Amino acid sequence: MSERTLHEVFAELVPPGSRVLDLGCGDGAFLAYLRDARGCTGYGIELDDAKVHACTQRGVNVIQLNLEEGLSLFEDNSFDIVLQLDTLQHLRNTEAMLRETARVGRQGVVSFPNFAHWPHRVSVLRGRMPVSRTLPYQWYDTPNIRVATFADFEVLAHRNGLRVLSSFGLNTEGRGSEVVHRWPNLLAATAVFKFERG
Amino acid sequence: MSSIGVVTPQTLHFTEPLRLSSGAELRDYTLVYETYGQLNADRSNAVLVCHALNASHHVAGLHADAQGQPLPKSAGWWDNMIGPGKPLDTNQFFVICVNNPGSCFGSTGPMHTNPATGRIYGADFPVVTVEDWVNAQARVLDRLGIQQLAAVLGGSLGGMQALSWTLQHPDRVKHCVAVATAPKLSAQNIAFNEVARQAIITDPDFHGGHFYAHGVVPRRGLRVARMIGHITYLSDDVMEQKFGRELVGRGVLDAPRYSTQDLEFQVESYLRHQGDKFSDYFDANTYLLITRALDYFDPARLHGGDLAAALAKAVSKFLVISFTTDWRFSPARSREIVKALVDHRHDVSYAEIDAPHGHDAFLLDDARYHDVVRAYFGRIAQGLQADRLATRAAADVNFAT
Repeated sequence: MSERTLHEVFAELVPPGSRVLDLGCGDGAFLAYLRDARGCTGYGIELDDAKVHACTQRGVNVIQLNLEEGLSLFEDNSFDIVLQLDTLQHLRNTEAMLRETARVGRQGVVSFPNFAHWPHRVSVLRGRMPVSRTLPYQWYDTPNIRVATFADFEVLAHRNGLRVLSSFGLNTEGRGSEVVHRWPNLLAATAVFKFERG
Repeated sequence: MSSIGVVTPQTLHFTEPLRLSSGAELRDYTLVYETYGQLNADRSNAVLVCHALNASHHVAGLHADAQGQPLPKSAGWWDNMIGPGKPLDTNQFFVICVNNPGSCFGSTGPMHTNPATGRIYGADFPVVTVEDWVNAQARVLDRLGIQQLAAVLGGSLGGMQALSWTLQHPDRVKHCVAVATAPKLSAQNIAFNEVARQAIITDPDFHGGHFYAHGVVPRRGLRVARMIGHITYLSDDVMEQKFGRELVGRGVLDAPRYSTQDLEFQVESYLRHQGDKFSDYFDANTYLLITRALDYFDPARLHGGDLAAALAKAVSKFLVISFTTDWRFSPARSREIVKALVDHRHDVSYAEIDAPHGHDAFLLDDARYHDVVRAYFGRIAQGLQADRLATRAAADVNFAT
């Protein structure tokens, strides 16, 4: 498996020319990549002032909103694809947000740190919460208020009537990312799901 | 930060009548405006700034006395936003602000002579709307030879004009920056305006709007109108912080004067001072006209109340900004605009600035707010640069073939 950048891996999940909503879009780098490399349009949602500023500098459409308040700004099916990359674990209303994602987008992509990655399992077996590159925080200062496994998300998706179109794990080393199809719940640090309403 | 320095207002006279929303006409009128920076060769870097209720065409820089010496306290009302190196950088953009007709800062208004009667307009000055102002501003641009604006920028009532530009002259605006504004007034907004108007109209010195002939000014009405307005510009927190329950000339814990009419609390002193200042320079009929223009603004009205349908014809890109503690035009009002734009897939960015100052925040220094505006105009400037290079490249290709 050849290594690709994270942007390349995720961009392959987004058909060219898609109308995209990126929840928790950060500095807008990925939206800018989708715009420049794949001719996509749309908006990013971000709460942090500095990141909203960074998006504006990049010329990416950004809307400053708290995702905990939902997506009432957007009508049903108004996007080809809604991205929730590395965002889900910071949300209190994870399940409601997943439903909102599926409501406003025809398809959704979610990525989050996989708590069941084997080094984490080893750490817990040793009696300590894991601290790793994907979960770099101590238990008492982590912004990740939801910790889930690859397998857990499959259950949540099913529970909400979502059909998983593709799923895989990701391991990132430096600038490269390796896609993990074999035993991702054990072997991948990051879980990735693409889904639509069932 | 450096200011643009001494600036001089300019004047244009128009004899072609301006047809107003009401059906009335301004037959003959003068508009005062200021410009800053240089218009570039392809006339593509013009930015129009629209002024709000009690402001004028004097947005940035200083005014000078007859000897050319800068006058103290003469800085424009948005001098922190506009100038060399400022968020709207006059080294890159040519900035224009027009004093709207009906105002009291030089453009034709109720204190001027009605050419139809030879008498001062007073209360007979026709009702002007946001749309009328936009059309008047467009005529100034025509005279200056500017077909398309790089951007239109405004806060509060100025933001309404900026929005209206994208609907009335969609092809003439590439970007719209609307700050601390609303797509229409709420009943509460109109109610505050009505209290202000009643204060003016019921002042015995108002004389039905023809007070000029009596040599008086309805100063008491103007004072109360300004006091009411001022309360709505500030947040509860800022008022509390600034004044609390502080007494005039006494400690907070001292016994009060037990008087119903004397000045007692600091906040009263502040409001009276603001009212006094305002009644020295503002015109009562102008206040009525401008608050009415606010009340009437409602671009969705002609589309069955559907704002998204109203905004569908806009082709510009948008930046919408609100402030968390602004209760006069709250973030929810700005989100209505954003939602309507999103519904029709317009390019829009929205910043909700967590500032303590209420509606006034749009005029104050706030790094997050100014950074976003600076970044947005920076992108516009980059776009102009890219357009210029593309035009030059195309010209080179033509030359080569």
